[in-house]
Amino acid sequence: MTEYLHYIGYGLVTIGVIFDFFGALALVRLPDVYNRILGATKCVTMGTSSIMLGIFVINGFNVLGIKALLCIFFLMLTSPVSGQVLSRAAHIAGVKTWDKTVCDHYDDDRKSGKIK
Amino acid sequence: MKILRWIIGFIVFVSIAVWLGISDISMFYKWFYILLLACFMVLFRILRGRTPADRAVGVDILGIMVIGFSGILALTTQKDIYLDIAIAWALQAFIATLALAKYLEGRSFDD
Repeated sequence: MTEYLHYIGYGLVTIGVIFDFFGALALVRLPDVYNRILGATKCVTMGTSSIMLGIFVINGFNVLGIKALLCIFFLMLTSPVSGQVLSRAAHIAGVKTWDKTVCDHYDDDRKSGKIK
Repeated sequence: MKILRWIIGFIVFVSIAVWLGISDISMFYKWFYILLLACFMVLFRILRGRTPADRAVGVDILGIMVIGFSGILALTTQKDIYLDIAIAWALQAFIATLALAKYLEGRSFDD
């Protein structure tokens, strides 16, 4: 039974490392800041959290596993907030969107005075 | 010129993938090499990024890569002190990102 759990854990860590790599690839290749934030936040929620989940599956309920679960909790708590705050700050700082962007509702709402 | 850049990137990535596939080093080293490659790509974005927001996103994601490194180190050496480093680094990177975002908005820090 524990051998199968080891295989599942190593598979989860491999998936996490590959997702981290694709998040970095999105950070290099995508055209503007907002797309890059969208691609880079995936590298947190699926990449590093999957590495930590693999550590939990391999080790079980000992010190390493509990600390890995705690690290997943803090990552899930902080990372979407930081992505949203960064994109809002970039919009307020006046970073232009890509020239093929279809619509920008936040810009419309700010110009019409609906939100600050 | 664009096709030439695509071909060079394709050759580099395929050669790295083939080398990782056929070499008989340990699995931990393969994870380390892939994460190092990802870190260099994020460093490229930090160095070149056209706007300050690009650099802020790059610094945030580099912190996440460091958390992944310390997780793999904890799995390799079976010591839990690396996961302590990971938890502390996650909280510290969050506060640093909030400070960078506040600086980008043009507000002062005691606002």
